[in-house]
Amino acid sequence: MAELTVSVVSLEHPEWEGSASQIVVKTLEGEMGILPGHEPVLATLAQGPIRIDPVDGDPLFFAVHGGFFSLDANRAIILADVAETAAEIDVARAQEAKAKAEQADDEDLEAAAALRRAETRLRVIEIAE
Amino acid sequence: MGGQQRVFRRKIRSVQSTKKITKAMEMIASSRIIKAQRQLEEAAPYTRELFAAISAAASHAAGVEKHPLTAEARLENRAIFLVVTADRGLAGAYSINAIREAEGLTRYLVDDRGFEDVIPYVIGRKGVGFYNFREREIGESWTGFSDQPTLSSAQEIAKALLDRFLLPTEEGGADEIHIVYTHFVNMVTQEVRVRRILPVEVIEEEVDVSEGRIGSPDNQTGDDKPYLPLYDFEPSANAVLDELLPRYVESAVYTALLLSAASEHAARRRACKSATDNAEELIKTYVRLANQARQAEITQEISEIVGGADALSSATAGS
Repeated sequence: MAELTVSVVSLEHPEWEGSASQIVVKTLEGEMGILPGHEPVLATLAQGPIRIDPVDGDPLFFAVHGGFFSLDANRAIILADVAETAAEIDVARAQEAKAKAEQADDEDLEAAAALRRAETRLRVIEIAE
Repeated sequence: MGGQQRVFRRKIRSVQSTKKITKAMEMIASSRIIKAQRQLEEAAPYTRELFAAISAAASHAAGVEKHPLTAEARLENRAIFLVVTADRGLAGAYSINAIREAEGLTRYLVDDRGFEDVIPYVIGRKGVGFYNFREREIGESWTGFSDQPTLSSAQEIAKALLDRFLLPTEEGGADEIHIVYTHFVNMVTQEVRVRRILPVEVIEEEVDVSEGRIGSPDNQTGDDKPYLPLYDFEPSANAVLDELLPRYVESAVYTALLLSAASEHAARRRACKSATDNAEELIKTYVRLANQARQAEITQEISEIVGGADALSSATAGS
Protein backbone atom coordinates (compact mmCIF):
# COMPACT_ATOMS: atom_id res chain seq x y z
CA MET A 1 0.00 0.00 0.00
CA ALA A 2 1.10 3.49 -0.72
CA GLU A 3 2.16 5.48 2.26
CA LEU A 4 2.75 9.08 3.17
CA THR A 5 6.20 10.47 3.87
CA VAL A 6 5.69 12.90 6.68
CA SER A 7 7.99 15.50 8.17
CA VAL A 8 7.08 17.78 11.00
CA VAL A 9 9.47 20.72 11.13
CA SER A 10 9.53 23.78 13.32
CA LEU A 11 11.76 26.79 12.86
CA GLU A 12 14.13 25.62 15.55
CA HIS A 13 14.50 22.00 14.59
CA PRO A 14 12.92 19.08 12.73
CA GLU A 15 10.48 17.34 15.08
CA TRP A 16 9.58 14.07 13.43
CA GLU A 17 10.10 12.28 10.17
CA GLY A 18 8.81 8.98 8.92
CA SER A 19 6.17 7.22 6.89
CA ALA A 20 2.54 7.16 7.88
CA SER A 21 -0.65 5.54 6.68
CA GLN A 22 -2.87 8.43 7.70
CA ILE A 23 -2.63 11.91 9.16
CA VAL A 24 -5.27 14.23 10.54
CA VAL A 25 -4.58 17.95 10.65
CA LYS A 26 -6.68 20.84 11.84
CA THR A 27 -6.86 23.63 9.28
CA LEU A 28 -8.59 26.97 9.67
CA GLU A 29 -11.68 25.48 8.08
CA GLY A 30 -11.85 22.31 10.09
CA GLU A 31 -10.22 18.95 10.49
CA MET A 32 -8.81 17.26 7.45
CA GLY A 33 -7.93 13.60 7.14
CA ILE A 34 -5.21 12.75 4.65
CA LEU A 35 -4.75 9.30 3.17
CA PRO A 36 -2.11 8.30 0.62
CA GLY A 37 -3.02 9.53 -2.85
CA HIS A 38 -4.67 12.74 -1.65
CA GLU A 39 -4.48 15.67 -4.07
CA PRO A 40 -1.84 18.36 -3.46
CA VAL A 41 -2.87 20.72 -0.66
CA LEU A 42 -1.39 23.82 0.89
CA ALA A 43 -3.28 24.82 4.01
CA THR A 44 -3.01 27.13 6.97
CA LEU A 45 -3.08 25.22 10.23
CA ALA A 46 -5.18 26.27 13.15
CA GLN A 47 -4.06 25.79 16.70
CA GLY A 48 -4.87 22.23 17.54
CA PRO A 49 -3.82 18.64 17.71
CA ILE A 50 -2.35 16.71 14.79
CA ARG A 51 -2.59 12.98 14.57
CA ILE A 52 -0.10 10.87 12.66
CA ASP A 53 -0.63 7.13 12.23
CA PRO A 54 2.82 5.73 11.44
CA VAL A 55 3.01 2.64 9.25
CA ASP A 56 4.22 0.71 12.24
CA GLY A 57 3.67 1.71 15.81
CA ASP A 58 1.12 3.66 17.79
CA PRO A 59 -0.48 6.87 16.62
CA LEU A 60 1.45 10.03 17.42
CA PHE A 61 -0.06 13.29 18.57
CA PHE A 62 1.40 16.74 18.29
CA ALA A 63 0.13 20.00 19.69
CA VAL A 64 0.66 22.52 16.91
CA HIS A 65 0.29 26.21 17.62
CA GLY A 66 -0.23 27.56 14.13
CA GLY A 67 1.65 26.83 10.95
CA PHE A 68 1.25 25.30 7.51
CA PHE A 69 0.56 22.01 5.93
CA SER A 70 1.61 21.05 2.46
CA LEU A 71 1.10 17.82 0.62
CA ASP A 72 2.33 16.76 -2.78
CA ALA A 73 2.87 13.32 -4.25
CA ASN A 74 2.37 11.63 -0.87
CA ARG A 75 4.96 13.88 0.73
CA ALA A 76 3.43 15.74 3.64
CA ILE A 77 5.18 18.60 5.36
CA ILE A 78 3.95 20.22 8.51
CA LEU A 79 5.59 23.60 9.02
CA ALA A 80 4.76 24.35 12.62
CA ASP A 81 5.48 27.53 14.53
CA VAL A 82 5.70 25.37 17.62
CA ALA A 83 5.10 21.63 17.72
CA GLU A 84 5.09 19.51 20.86
CA THR A 85 4.64 15.79 21.21
CA ALA A 86 2.26 14.47 23.84
CA ALA A 87 5.27 13.26 25.83
CA GLU A 88 6.79 16.75 25.89
CA ILE A 89 3.72 18.36 27.39
CA ASP A 90 3.74 19.05 31.10
CA VAL A 91 0.15 18.41 32.12
CA ALA A 92 0.36 20.11 35.50
CA ARG A 93 1.85 23.21 33.96
CA ALA A 94 -0.74 23.34 31.20
CA GLN A 95 -3.57 23.04 33.73
CA GLU A 96 -2.04 25.73 35.87
CA ALA A 97 -1.64 28.01 32.84
CA LYS A 98 -5.22 27.34 31.85
CA ALA A 99 -6.58 28.22 35.29
CA LYS A 100 -4.50 31.35 35.41
CA ALA A 101 -5.52 32.45 31.91
CA GLU A 102 -9.20 31.87 32.63
CA GLN A 103 -9.14 34.32 35.50
CA ALA A 104 -7.54 37.03 33.39
CA ASP A 105 -9.36 39.95 31.86
CA ASP A 106 -11.39 39.21 28.73
CA GLU A 107 -9.64 42.03 26.94
CA ASP A 108 -6.23 40.58 27.63
CA LEU A 109 -5.16 39.17 24.26
CA GLU A 110 -2.06 37.55 25.66
CA ALA A 111 -4.05 35.65 28.27
CA ALA A 112 -6.49 34.53 25.59
CA ALA A 113 -3.59 33.20 23.51
CA ALA A 114 -2.16 31.47 26.59
CA LEU A 115 -5.55 29.90 27.24
CA ARG A 116 -5.76 28.57 23.70
CA ARG A 117 -2.27 27.12 23.96
CA ALA A 118 -3.03 25.44 27.26
CA GLU A 119 -6.31 24.04 25.92
CA THR A 120 -4.58 22.66 22.83
CA ARG A 121 -1.98 20.95 25.00
CA LEU A 122 -4.59 19.41 27.29
CA ARG A 123 -6.64 18.26 24.32
CA VAL A 124 -3.60 16.47 22.89
CA ILE A 125 -3.02 14.72 26.19
CA GLU A 126 -6.69 13.78 26.36
CA ILE A 127 -6.87 12.19 22.93
CA ALA A 128 -3.46 10.57 23.22
CA GLU A 129 -4.59 8.51 26.18
CA MET B 1 68.75 38.79 41.19
CA GLY B 2 69.46 41.98 39.29
CA GLY B 3 66.88 44.67 38.50
CA GLN B 4 66.87 43.98 34.78
CA GLN B 5 66.14 40.29 35.26
CA ARG B 6 63.24 41.10 37.56
CA VAL B 7 61.70 43.35 34.91
CA PHE B 8 61.80 40.58 32.31
CA ARG B 9 60.40 37.97 34.69
CA ARG B 10 57.46 40.28 35.44
CA LYS B 11 56.80 40.85 31.74
CA ILE B 12 56.84 37.11 31.06
CA ARG B 13 54.33 36.45 33.83
CA SER B 14 51.97 39.12 32.56
CA VAL B 15 52.08 37.87 28.97
CA GLN B 16 51.52 34.32 30.20
CA SER B 17 48.31 35.26 31.99
CA THR B 18 47.04 37.12 28.91
CA LYS B 19 47.83 34.05 26.86
CA LYS B 20 45.77 31.90 29.20
CA ILE B 21 42.74 34.14 28.66
CA THR B 22 43.02 34.27 24.87
CA LYS B 23 43.63 30.54 24.71
CA ALA B 24 40.48 29.89 26.77
CA MET B 25 38.42 32.24 24.59
CA GLU B 26 39.74 30.55 21.48
CA MET B 27 38.60 27.16 22.75
CA ILE B 28 35.19 28.44 23.88
CA ALA B 29 34.64 30.05 20.47
CA SER B 30 35.60 26.81 18.68
CA SER B 31 33.03 24.82 20.60
CA ARG B 32 30.35 27.44 20.07
CA ILE B 33 30.89 27.46 16.30
CA ILE B 34 29.88 23.82 16.26
CA LYS B 35 26.76 24.58 18.28
CA ALA B 36 25.80 27.46 16.00
CA GLN B 37 26.33 25.28 12.93
CA ARG B 38 24.05 22.64 14.37
CA GLN B 39 21.35 25.23 15.01
CA LEU B 40 21.71 26.35 11.40
CA GLU B 41 21.33 22.83 10.12
CA GLU B 42 18.24 22.32 12.23
CA ALA B 43 16.61 25.48 10.95
CA ALA B 44 17.40 24.67 7.32
CA PRO B 45 14.51 22.25 6.56
CA TYR B 46 11.91 24.78 7.74
CA THR B 47 13.40 27.55 5.62
CA ARG B 48 13.56 25.31 2.56
CA GLU B 49 9.96 24.13 2.86
CA LEU B 50 8.76 27.64 3.61
CA PHE B 51 10.37 28.89 0.40
CA ALA B 52 8.73 26.13 -1.61
CA ALA B 53 5.35 26.92 -0.06
CA ILE B 54 5.71 30.65 -0.75
CA SER B 55 6.62 30.07 -4.40
CA ALA B 56 3.64 27.75 -4.74
CA ALA B 57 1.19 30.12 -3.08
CA ALA B 58 2.55 33.13 -4.96
CA SER B 59 2.15 31.39 -8.29
CA HIS B 60 -1.54 30.82 -7.60
CA ALA B 61 -2.54 33.88 -5.63
CA ALA B 62 -4.10 36.74 -7.52
CA GLY B 63 -2.41 40.12 -7.44
CA VAL B 64 0.76 39.02 -5.69
CA GLU B 65 2.53 42.14 -6.86
CA LYS B 66 -0.05 44.24 -5.02
CA HIS B 67 0.25 42.41 -1.72
CA PRO B 68 1.45 44.86 0.96
CA LEU B 69 4.49 42.75 1.71
CA THR B 70 5.59 42.19 -1.88
CA ALA B 71 4.62 45.46 -3.58
CA GLU B 72 7.69 47.36 -4.74
CA ALA B 73 8.47 50.59 -2.89
CA ARG B 74 5.57 53.00 -3.25
CA LEU B 75 7.59 56.13 -2.62
CA GLU B 76 11.29 55.99 -2.09
CA ASN B 77 11.25 57.89 1.14
CA ARG B 78 12.53 55.85 3.98
CA ALA B 79 14.54 52.68 4.18
CA ILE B 80 15.60 50.64 7.16
CA PHE B 81 18.49 48.29 7.51
CA LEU B 82 19.14 45.81 10.26
CA VAL B 83 22.83 45.38 10.96
CA VAL B 84 24.06 42.41 13.00
CA THR B 85 27.18 43.09 15.07
CA ALA B 86 28.78 41.52 18.16
CA ASP B 87 28.16 42.35 21.80
CA ARG B 88 31.80 41.93 22.74
CA GLY B 89 35.08 42.72 21.08
CA LEU B 90 38.08 40.41 20.69
CA ALA B 91 36.66 39.26 17.38
CA GLY B 92 38.98 41.01 14.98
CA ALA B 93 37.24 43.05 12.33
CA TYR B 94 33.92 41.18 12.60
CA SER B 95 31.75 44.03 13.82
CA ILE B 96 33.46 46.80 11.91
CA ASN B 97 33.19 44.87 8.64
CA ALA B 98 29.42 44.60 9.07
CA ILE B 99 29.18 48.29 9.97
CA ARG B 100 31.31 49.29 7.00
CA GLU B 101 29.02 47.33 4.68
CA ALA B 102 26.01 49.01 6.30
CA GLU B 103 27.57 52.42 5.69
CA GLY B 104 28.10 51.47 2.05
CA LEU B 105 24.47 50.40 1.82
CA THR B 106 23.35 53.71 3.33
CA ARG B 107 25.33 55.65 0.73
CA TYR B 108 23.91 53.50 -2.07
CA LEU B 109 20.34 53.96 -0.86
CA VAL B 110 20.70 57.72 -0.46
CA ASP B 111 22.86 58.58 -3.48
CA ASP B 112 21.81 56.05 -6.08
CA ARG B 113 18.30 55.13 -5.10
CA GLY B 114 17.19 58.53 -3.84
CA PHE B 115 15.94 57.56 -0.39
CA GLU B 116 15.57 60.56 1.86
CA ASP B 117 15.96 58.79 5.12
CA VAL B 118 17.85 55.62 6.00
CA ILE B 119 17.46 54.38 9.55
CA PRO B 120 19.70 51.78 11.17
CA TYR B 121 18.23 49.06 13.39
CA VAL B 122 21.10 47.58 15.33
CA ILE B 123 21.83 44.25 16.97
CA GLY B 124 24.86 44.04 19.25
CA ARG B 125 26.57 46.50 21.59
CA LYS B 126 29.42 47.21 19.16
CA GLY B 127 27.03 48.53 16.53
CA VAL B 128 25.07 50.55 19.06
CA GLY B 129 28.33 52.08 20.26
CA PHE B 130 29.29 53.02 16.71
CA TYR B 131 26.09 54.92 16.01
CA ASN B 132 25.85 56.50 19.46
CA PHE B 133 29.41 57.77 19.28
CA ARG B 134 28.60 59.50 16.01
CA GLU B 135 25.33 60.77 17.46
CA ARG B 136 23.34 59.15 14.69
CA GLU B 137 19.72 58.19 15.04
CA ILE B 138 19.01 54.51 15.75
CA GLY B 139 15.57 53.11 15.00
CA GLU B 140 15.68 50.31 17.54
CA SER B 141 18.43 48.22 19.01
CA TRP B 142 18.76 44.85 20.67
CA THR B 143 21.73 43.64 22.67
CA GLY B 144 22.74 40.69 24.78
CA PHE B 145 22.18 37.72 22.51
CA SER B 146 24.48 38.23 19.51
CA ASP B 147 26.54 35.13 20.33
CA GLN B 148 23.61 32.85 21.18
CA PRO B 149 20.52 34.00 19.30
CA THR B 150 17.18 32.46 20.18
CA LEU B 151 14.06 32.08 18.13
CA SER B 152 12.08 34.38 20.41
CA SER B 153 14.53 37.24 19.94
CA ALA B 154 14.35 36.74 16.16
CA GLN B 155 10.57 36.84 16.36
CA GLU B 156 10.65 40.03 18.38
CA ILE B 157 12.93 41.70 15.82
CA ALA B 158 10.89 40.44 12.87
CA LYS B 159 7.74 41.86 14.47
CA ALA B 160 9.34 45.26 15.02
CA LEU B 161 10.48 45.35 11.38
CA LEU B 162 7.11 44.24 10.02
CA ASP B 163 5.22 46.78 12.12
CA ARG B 164 7.45 49.55 10.87
CA PHE B 165 7.09 48.37 7.29
CA LEU B 166 3.30 48.28 7.43
CA LEU B 167 2.94 51.80 8.84
CA PRO B 168 1.99 54.43 6.25
CA THR B 169 5.00 56.45 5.10
CA GLU B 170 3.63 59.65 6.66
CA GLU B 171 3.62 58.03 10.09
CA GLY B 172 7.20 56.87 9.82
CA GLY B 173 6.70 53.65 7.90
CA ALA B 174 9.57 52.25 5.86
CA ASP B 175 9.44 51.42 2.17
CA GLU B 176 12.29 48.94 2.14
CA ILE B 177 14.00 46.82 4.73
CA HIS B 178 17.47 45.38 4.28
CA ILE B 179 19.49 43.17 6.51
CA VAL B 180 23.28 43.28 6.81
CA TYR B 181 24.73 40.10 8.25
CA THR B 182 27.90 38.02 8.08
CA HIS B 183 27.50 34.85 6.10
CA PHE B 184 29.31 31.83 7.50
CA VAL B 185 30.94 30.14 4.53
CA ASN B 186 33.28 27.90 6.50
CA MET B 187 35.65 28.03 9.46
CA VAL B 188 38.08 30.35 7.69
CA THR B 189 35.85 32.37 5.38
CA GLN B 190 33.00 34.62 6.42
CA GLU B 191 31.61 37.35 4.25
CA VAL B 192 29.36 40.27 4.96
CA ARG B 193 26.18 40.19 2.89
CA VAL B 194 23.25 42.48 2.31
CA ARG B 195 19.84 41.05 1.65
CA ARG B 196 16.58 42.83 1.07
CA ILE B 197 13.90 41.17 3.16
CA LEU B 198 11.00 43.52 2.51
CA PRO B 199 9.32 43.90 0.11
CA VAL B 200 9.66 40.16 -0.43
CA GLU B 201 11.05 39.13 -3.77
CA VAL B 202 8.85 36.23 -4.75
CA ILE B 203 10.02 33.80 -7.35
CA GLU B 204 6.97 32.95 -9.39
CA GLU B 205 6.83 29.86 -11.52
CA GLU B 206 5.12 29.75 -14.88
CA VAL B 207 1.76 28.05 -14.64
CA ASP B 208 1.32 25.32 -17.20
CA VAL B 209 -2.17 24.06 -16.54
CA SER B 210 -2.22 21.57 -19.38
CA GLU B 211 0.43 19.56 -17.62
CA GLY B 212 -1.26 19.97 -14.29
CA ARG B 213 2.11 21.11 -13.05
CA ILE B 214 4.03 24.31 -12.89
CA GLY B 215 7.32 24.53 -14.67
CA SER B 216 8.36 21.81 -17.03
CA PRO B 217 8.88 18.35 -15.66
CA ASP B 218 10.68 17.31 -18.87
CA ASN B 219 13.85 19.27 -18.32
CA GLN B 220 14.38 18.20 -14.76
CA THR B 221 17.85 17.21 -15.79
CA GLY B 222 18.47 20.35 -17.87
CA ASP B 223 17.93 22.89 -15.10
CA ASP B 224 17.34 21.99 -11.52
CA LYS B 225 14.34 24.27 -11.01
CA PRO B 226 11.82 22.36 -8.98
CA TYR B 227 8.43 22.14 -10.60
CA LEU B 228 5.46 22.73 -8.41
CA PRO B 229 2.24 20.79 -8.18
CA LEU B 230 -1.16 22.37 -8.73
CA TYR B 231 -2.12 22.80 -5.12
CA ASP B 232 -5.53 22.97 -3.59
CA PHE B 233 -5.45 25.86 -1.12
CA GLU B 234 -7.18 26.01 2.16
CA PRO B 235 -8.75 28.53 2.79
CA SER B 236 -7.38 30.31 -0.36
CA ALA B 237 -4.07 30.98 -2.05
CA ASN B 238 -4.13 34.61 -0.94
CA ALA B 239 -4.99 33.77 2.66
CA VAL B 240 -2.18 31.22 2.78
CA LEU B 241 0.23 33.77 1.33
CA ASP B 242 -0.88 36.31 3.96
CA GLU B 243 0.15 33.88 6.65
CA LEU B 244 3.33 32.72 4.94
CA LEU B 245 4.99 36.06 4.26
CA PRO B 246 5.37 37.27 7.88
CA ARG B 247 6.92 33.89 8.68
CA TYR B 248 9.30 34.40 5.81
CA VAL B 249 10.56 37.56 7.51
CA GLU B 250 10.86 35.73 10.80
CA SER B 251 12.81 32.91 9.24
CA ALA B 252 15.05 35.35 7.32
CA VAL B 253 15.91 37.22 10.52
CA TYR B 254 16.50 34.01 12.46
CA THR B 255 18.78 32.61 9.75
CA ALA B 256 20.72 35.86 9.58
CA LEU B 257 21.18 35.85 13.36
CA LEU B 258 22.40 32.25 13.35
CA LEU B 259 24.79 32.83 10.47
CA SER B 260 26.16 35.95 12.11
CA ALA B 261 26.60 34.18 15.44
CA ALA B 262 28.56 31.39 13.77
CA SER B 263 30.68 34.01 11.97
CA GLU B 264 31.23 35.92 15.19
CA HIS B 265 32.57 32.82 16.91
CA ALA B 266 34.77 32.02 13.93
CA ALA B 267 36.14 35.57 13.89
CA ARG B 268 36.73 35.48 17.64
CA ARG B 269 38.46 32.12 17.40
CA ARG B 270 40.79 33.45 14.72
CA ALA B 271 41.50 36.69 16.56
CA CYS B 272 42.20 34.87 19.82
CA LYS B 273 44.34 32.29 18.06
CA SER B 274 46.63 34.97 16.63
CA ALA B 275 46.69 36.71 20.02
CA THR B 276 47.81 33.42 21.62
CA ASP B 277 50.46 32.95 18.93
CA ASN B 278 51.72 36.47 19.44
CA ALA B 279 51.87 35.93 23.20
CA GLU B 280 53.98 32.82 22.66
CA GLU B 281 56.31 34.78 20.40
CA LEU B 282 56.60 37.53 22.99
CA ILE B 283 57.32 35.08 25.81
CA LYS B 284 60.08 33.50 23.73
CA THR B 285 61.69 36.92 23.15
CA TYR B 286 61.49 37.86 26.83
CA VAL B 287 62.96 34.53 27.95
CA ARG B 288 65.93 35.15 25.62
CA LEU B 289 66.37 38.67 26.99
CA ALA B 290 66.06 37.44 30.58
CA ASN B 291 68.73 34.77 29.93
CA GLN B 292 70.99 37.36 28.38
CA ALA B 293 70.57 39.61 31.41
CA ARG B 294 71.32 36.70 33.73
CA GLN B 295 74.41 35.76 31.70
CA ALA B 296 75.64 39.34 31.70
CA GLU B 297 75.22 39.50 35.46
CA ILE B 298 77.19 36.29 35.99
CA THR B 299 79.95 37.47 33.66
CA GLN B 300 80.16 40.71 35.54
CA GLU B 301 80.34 38.92 38.90
CA ILE B 302 83.12 36.63 37.66
CA SER B 303 85.15 39.52 36.33
CA GLU B 304 84.64 41.35 39.62
CA ILE B 305 85.90 38.33 41.61
CA VAL B 306 88.82 37.79 39.26
CA GLY B 307 89.64 41.49 39.37
CA GLY B 308 89.40 41.51 43.18
CA ALA B 309 91.60 38.41 43.56
CA ASP B 310 94.11 39.88 41.17
CA ALA B 311 94.26 43.13 43.12
CA LEU B 312 94.68 41.20 46.39
CA SER B 313 97.49 38.97 45.10
CA SER B 314 99.41 41.91 43.59
CA ALA B 315 99.01 43.76 46.91
CA THR B 316 100.47 40.84 48.97
CA ALA B 317 103.24 40.32 46.40
CA GLY B 318 104.24 43.97 46.71
CA SER B 319 104.50 44.01 50.55
